[in-house]
Amino acid sequence: MLTIKNLKAKVETDEGGKEILKGLNLQVNAGEVHAIMGPNGSGKSTLASVVTGREGYEVQSGEVLFEGKDLLELSPEDRARQGIFLAFQYPVEIPGVSNTNFLKTAVNEIRKSKGEEPMSSVEFLKMIKEKAKLVNIEPEMLSRYVNVGFSGGEKKRNEIFQLAMLNPKLSILDETDSGLDIDALRTVAEGVNKLRSKENAFIVITHYQRLLDYIVPDFVHVMYDGKIVKSGGKELALHLEEHGYDWITESMLSV
Amino acid sequence: MDKISTENIDLKVKLLEDFREFESGLNGETKNYFHKIRQDAIGTFNELGFPVKKLEEWKYTNINPILKHDFKTTQHFADSKLSADDIKDFLFQENGVNLLVFVNGQFDEKLSKIITKNDGVFIGSLLKGRVILGEVVEQHFSKYANYKNQSLTALNTAFAKDGAFIYVKRNAAVDEPVHILNISDSRDESYLSQPRNLYIAEEGASVKIVEDYYSIGGKHSFTNAVTEIYCGPNSNLERYKIQSEGEYAYNINTTQVMQEKDSLFSDTTISWGGAITRNNLCAVFNGTNTECHFYGLYLLNGKQHVDNHTLADHAMPNCYSNELYKGIIDDKATGVFNGKIMVREDAQKTNAYQSNGNILLSEDATIYSKPQLEIFADDVKCSHGATTGQLNNEEMFYLRARGIGKEEARILLLNAFAGDVIDSVKIDSLKKKLRNTLSKKLTKEN
Repeated sequence: MLTIKNLKAKVETDEGGKEILKGLNLQVNAGEVHAIMGPNGSGKSTLASVVTGREGYEVQSGEVLFEGKDLLELSPEDRARQGIFLAFQYPVEIPGVSNTNFLKTAVNEIRKSKGEEPMSSVEFLKMIKEKAKLVNIEPEMLSRYVNVGFSGGEKKRNEIFQLAMLNPKLSILDETDSGLDIDALRTVAEGVNKLRSKENAFIVITHYQRLLDYIVPDFVHVMYDGKIVKSGGKELALHLEEHGYDWITESMLSV
Repeated sequence: MDKISTENIDLKVKLLEDFREFESGLNGETKNYFHKIRQDAIGTFNELGFPVKKLEEWKYTNINPILKHDFKTTQHFADSKLSADDIKDFLFQENGVNLLVFVNGQFDEKLSKIITKNDGVFIGSLLKGRVILGEVVEQHFSKYANYKNQSLTALNTAFAKDGAFIYVKRNAAVDEPVHILNISDSRDESYLSQPRNLYIAEEGASVKIVEDYYSIGGKHSFTNAVTEIYCGPNSNLERYKIQSEGEYAYNINTTQVMQEKDSLFSDTTISWGGAITRNNLCAVFNGTNTECHFYGLYLLNGKQHVDNHTLADHAMPNCYSNELYKGIIDDKATGVFNGKIMVREDAQKTNAYQSNGNILLSEDATIYSKPQLEIFADDVKCSHGATTGQLNNEEMFYLRARGIGKEEARILLLNAFAGDVIDSVKIDSLKKKLRNTLSKKLTKEN
């Protein structure tokens, strides 16, 4: 589904840019859940940004293919329309735009790109009701402005709710667990688990093993200094939880 | 006194001549109080001349382009050539509304329609109002809009003849909104229209007034309007002023409000169109516990210029004023916001708030935003804030990452930005029309 080969990317700064990704490789297939862990500054969020097309990053070399298509050529909206979804680490508040209006626009823009008719209001409301249950979203939250005045937990639940509404092929969860209490974490994880299928895939970016107790990954990758330096099964996460990242950095330095 | 520039002289001289001609056509009317005021006002206009950029109040607005045209004045107007069909698109609601139509400043009785029949309510032209309610007009006319230091108010006063006159007597309520449709018809000639409006809500009275400005035709038009509003004790007056004129239209619009105790006044000023627009809005609190709201929205492109000058004059204690003005400026357009809050010595326990937000959509777009607080009392709550920026990149990316195209995302965010000004509109049909216009204008811009 997603193939990343030798990806090198810079973040644009006043001084002309700083290299963050330094030759990253990753293969994600349908039906898989990949966890990406690593210390702060290792490039996890940059990876999410580059794959989804955020401005301010410059790809220097390598390729990112999604179902065989070159993603890097596409605008952020076209990537989303292809089926890529980013659950934001810091969901943005948008005053004046209601959640419902926002989602309706998104759903219909994606349908339009596929040559489909806009969804009827009845159909849309039905879908909203159904998906809201998945992540315990109160109907009242939907008439509010996007994320405005939402608690941290509400914002993250809203991200997973949007994920459910848009039904993407590949979802990237960027530190969706950070700042969540255990109840909110369970709600979010249960939502994700219900949405997992053979047709879709997830990349779960996290600092902590805790989330992976609830969303059990098929693969765990450790990122360090812009590269994936170690990959393994779910037991790798447990090892990291116990021993921290130091043993990795040490083994890197000794190379 | 500032000297007037040489470019101004032609129109000024022409207008002074026009005044003499206007006067000679008035016959017996020249001896009454109304004309005495006119004569005094033309003297003031002669002294002051047109405003120049050297004046602090006109620093960012150059009206010289207006003064280059040979505008025809009041006495040369032809009768309205408009039909009901011509104005259909200008209405926000077809039924259930009082409609007053003015074409080039002249009342068009045929196109107008008064449906409110309450006792003690007059909705019509000032010309007729002066006959029917002479004493009321005499009591209020030219009492609030001071022309002594405002040359354009002086010019309007000198030629004052007709305009909208709305009188709501004590405790009367006008349920149906009053729609005043001002149309500049410059298909054949360039006209200077000088509507003179007077709205009076006596104690406990309430009324909603919508003032619309449209233009048709390919020649230039210049509207120099003055509106005086009197809000009696405990009255409630809502006023909406919407400028939708075309690219050949100049519009200078002065509104002076007098608020007695416990009154509530709300103004929404929306500028969609016009080449050069200047809105002066001032409310004076003449009693305690008065409240006023100023809302404003300007959406500019091309080389449009819109200047909003507002003043909330807190002269008495325990009053509240709130102001929210927003602008979206594209291309080479220019916006000016000058919002002043005056809190005089006696105005203790004043609450006064002001906010001005602007989004600039192009490199060449300009905004001059100047909040002014002058506080002479010591127990007050006042705040002001001004923001100017581009569209928020994070918000844009969030929307685009959900599959919403760049253009659609831009429109969604701009609609949201301007939305809270339009939300202040309390007439549903008008609100809907404004929302549609906003969406259409935002879509058209690219």
